[in-house]
Amino acid sequence: MDMLASLLPAGVAVHAPALIVVIPLIMAALAAFMPKGVWAWGITLVTAIAVAVLALNILGQVSTGGVISYAMGGWAPPAGIELRVDMLNVPLLLLVGIVGLLCVIYALPSVADEIAKKQQALFYSAFLVCFAGLLGVTITGDAFNVFVFLEISSISTYTIIAMGAGKDRRALTASYNYLVLGTIGATFFVIGVGFLYMATGTLNIADMALVLEETGHNRVTQAAFAFIVVGLGLKAAMFPLHVWLPNAYAFAPNFVTAFLASTATKVAFYALIRFVFSVFHPEVSFVAMSFTWLFAVVGVIAMMVASVQAVFQTDARRLLAYSSVAQVGYMMLGLGMGTAAGLSASMLHLMNHALMKGALFMALGAFALNFGVRRVKDLAGLGQTMPASSAAFTVAGLSLVGVPLTVGFTSKWYLVTAALERGWWWAVAALMISSLLALAYVARLLAAIWMENPPAGRDGTPPATRLAPWMVLAPMSVLALANIYFFFHADPLVGLARAAANAVMGGN
Amino acid sequence: MWTPELSLALALAIPAIGGVFVALLGKHPNLREAATLISAVLLALNVAYLVEIAPGHPTLELATLAPGLHLVFRLEPLGAMFAAVASGLWIVNSLYSIGYMRGNNETNQTRFYVCFCIAIGAAMGVALSGNLLTMFLFYEVLTLSTYPLVTHKGDANAKRGGKIYLSILLGTSIGLLLPAVIATHFLAGSTDFVAGGLLAINEVTPMVASVLLVLFAFGIGKAALMPVHPWLPNAMVAPTPVSALLHAVAVVKAGVFAMLKVGVYIFGPELIDAAPASDALAWIAAISIVLASVVAMTKDNLKARLAFSTVSQLSYVTLGVMLASPLAMLGGALQIVMHAWGKITLFMSAGAIYTATKKSEISDMAGLGRYMPWLFIAYTVGALSIIGLPPLGGTWPKLFLMQGAWESGHGLLIVALVASSILNVAYLLPLSARGFFAAPEEARLKKKPPMLVILPPVITATGVLVLFFLIGPLRDYLAPVFMSSSLAAEAAS
Repeated sequence: MDMLASLLPAGVAVHAPALIVVIPLIMAALAAFMPKGVWAWGITLVTAIAVAVLALNILGQVSTGGVISYAMGGWAPPAGIELRVDMLNVPLLLLVGIVGLLCVIYALPSVADEIAKKQQALFYSAFLVCFAGLLGVTITGDAFNVFVFLEISSISTYTIIAMGAGKDRRALTASYNYLVLGTIGATFFVIGVGFLYMATGTLNIADMALVLEETGHNRVTQAAFAFIVVGLGLKAAMFPLHVWLPNAYAFAPNFVTAFLASTATKVAFYALIRFVFSVFHPEVSFVAMSFTWLFAVVGVIAMMVASVQAVFQTDARRLLAYSSVAQVGYMMLGLGMGTAAGLSASMLHLMNHALMKGALFMALGAFALNFGVRRVKDLAGLGQTMPASSAAFTVAGLSLVGVPLTVGFTSKWYLVTAALERGWWWAVAALMISSLLALAYVARLLAAIWMENPPAGRDGTPPATRLAPWMVLAPMSVLALANIYFFFHADPLVGLARAAANAVMGGN
Repeated sequence: MWTPELSLALALAIPAIGGVFVALLGKHPNLREAATLISAVLLALNVAYLVEIAPGHPTLELATLAPGLHLVFRLEPLGAMFAAVASGLWIVNSLYSIGYMRGNNETNQTRFYVCFCIAIGAAMGVALSGNLLTMFLFYEVLTLSTYPLVTHKGDANAKRGGKIYLSILLGTSIGLLLPAVIATHFLAGSTDFVAGGLLAINEVTPMVASVLLVLFAFGIGKAALMPVHPWLPNAMVAPTPVSALLHAVAVVKAGVFAMLKVGVYIFGPELIDAAPASDALAWIAAISIVLASVVAMTKDNLKARLAFSTVSQLSYVTLGVMLASPLAMLGGALQIVMHAWGKITLFMSAGAIYTATKKSEISDMAGLGRYMPWLFIAYTVGALSIIGLPPLGGTWPKLFLMQGAWESGHGLLIVALVASSILNVAYLLPLSARGFFAAPEEARLKKKPPMLVILPPVITATGVLVLFFLIGPLRDYLAPVFMSSSLAAEAAS
């Protein structure tokens, strides 16, 4: 950790929390003016590397020196905007930084295939804005600032999803639906923040918590809680506010789907945890009630309903999108347990799920890149024609089911243990049933890939083996292998998850 | 240095490295088969050493996943026994595989042998596992590595069989076994196999133990307790060497072995005895024994008949565990050994008949014994052992189980055991009778069966005979495991 903390010169390290947001924003402007897509990609890559390094450095700083509070522009909080890093949001910074970097490497061949040449630079620019927005939501310690960054990331997300229209024009309606719902969500959220401001007179998250502790809660703060949960729940695709997600994931460019699936909903989920646990307190009666009767219930319903929906999808990406909704259900359930064990299991699954879905969507992107396939039945025989990508897909798919030797197993282990600790046997049963449903939908994909024969060409010859470009294979393999690596070395991720839970729940 | 730890690691490493060599030598069939045989012999030698040192309980930590979650090997007599059976029969079965796969011109033979190596390695992992987590891990690897073997033919029928195979085995293990494992970890703080029973030591109440016992009994789908047995008959679409070694020895025995190990080291006999569910499960096992035998009678396809016979015979072990008396458990443990040798003989005979004549239905097999007398003698010896007649190995488990049932006050269950033996006679021996005494349909065999499909069943049939006389040492080796704490105290006083 000391090594990470000294990764950057002290002068830069002090400003790392600001730089991690500012660099992508500036680079976004720069990328927009690039005449060629490749140049814009180069800028994006440099930015992503910088962000990953900054995130690692911040991890080092936080684990050696404790919570970082950075006063933006030198204005001391609570009046000024505070950037605040503790053990809860460090995992998210790392996730967005490192998975983001892998996605960016993957982007070049994928985007070249899917986005018109003229639009590529603008596409990368919009992506960088989204990147900055997500990092901003994660790092800011100011409630209104969360709204601002949330909108920055959302608006750019609508754009990059809509750019899937080059391949399939349904991307436009998908994006439009998301825009409408996303705006409603953002409005709810900002109303909630407004109520909180009314009740506390401050926008700083830590300050709000202090004031609320003194003054106690009333109708206004209860309304704020409801608005904020709905607003962020929509962004995090919390059932039944997830309806925007399947189409958005199915029709966005492949790179965007891989990136959003492993980062965007996670960041929104983080924001939810931050508000529920840091601003409100888990021991306040209406918050505690919402755990059992809202998050846990909604989580279990998502695990069941969305998994069943996934089983019956014909489009491979939609299938995985419904699976994502179900997986968010796991995280909601963990949160709903309202215990440190539950929350850390939830955080662990958040990270692990990013590893799985990142690899899965990248592999689907590779299939689309080489053969233009997107329906489940079109995946037939890819095990023979694209063995490496299929292998990565298989590893991540098994991880999604929770087979041992993969991180999915570790996730499930901790979730079930947390449920047992809480005495929630029904949640254990729900987790297992949902795992079996996951087995059912993953088996459909794997059966098509490995058990069917590839369609013969026009002249009857079987299609030859086609390797995906290395820039696609490399990040995909890294993510797939990470699924195995972190099974055997669960300590780092479990440690991060525990520290995150303890950061907001107290205790050690 | 040849240390116990090294030997434990080698039990896993030899099949793995063997698999790599098999894959690399895919273009040279003779060298490839040599790699399989050499691995099998090395593994058997290594396991022989493990059997020797098992009472000392050598331990090997493979990995620490997270604090409190370890992958550990810890050797004990039951595991050594299972490892010895699986690795010893792997040699015989490898010889047989060569004869069968070449005799039937099967495709994808390299994949076949590689998966076989992985499956044996996984079986070793199950045998040597020192806690439930490790056992669960290798149990799942065993399921996944045998799937390509089951669907080897690749036709619609094989795919259908494979689908049922995978969905039942993965479904039960993820849906029932995994929660049981995690709940054990939650209740006891670890999943280690401990003499006297981990849950008993942690003073888990009989009611909670009952719930867990039910989860384990049906979650270990490989033990094929009805109604989670359908994967086994469906696995018969596999080439016969797979049915012989995996679905009569390694896979199914991994299931009942896991059951036995859970019974002895996780629950402990006293806790099983105290748990109300154990009586019900004992009856379900007895019903499985009789019902599967009845179903076997109705099957004309030889392999299907043998598969249902296996379902029936596996439940003897489950029954032994649920009766929870030392003698019954000893009977269950011996059943793992004796049934393995007997059933592999029968399966290899079925495959030899198929290789020579392409016949798979019993009604078509009239008079074949005249052309293949050694084979039919081997079959008959194997069948008689499964029925439980002396002087063959299969006698002992039945005897001990009956004694154990009487001892634990379940005299009525003896009826089920006797009924099953009578049914065994009725469905196993007709083939012998028909083979030797009925008039053959053809004047001579279309094709002379290769030596390598005849010799292995003869070897295992001889083994069945020898095992009858080895009961003394076997019993002395295994008995200490079942001396529960109170009994040990009694014996001491």
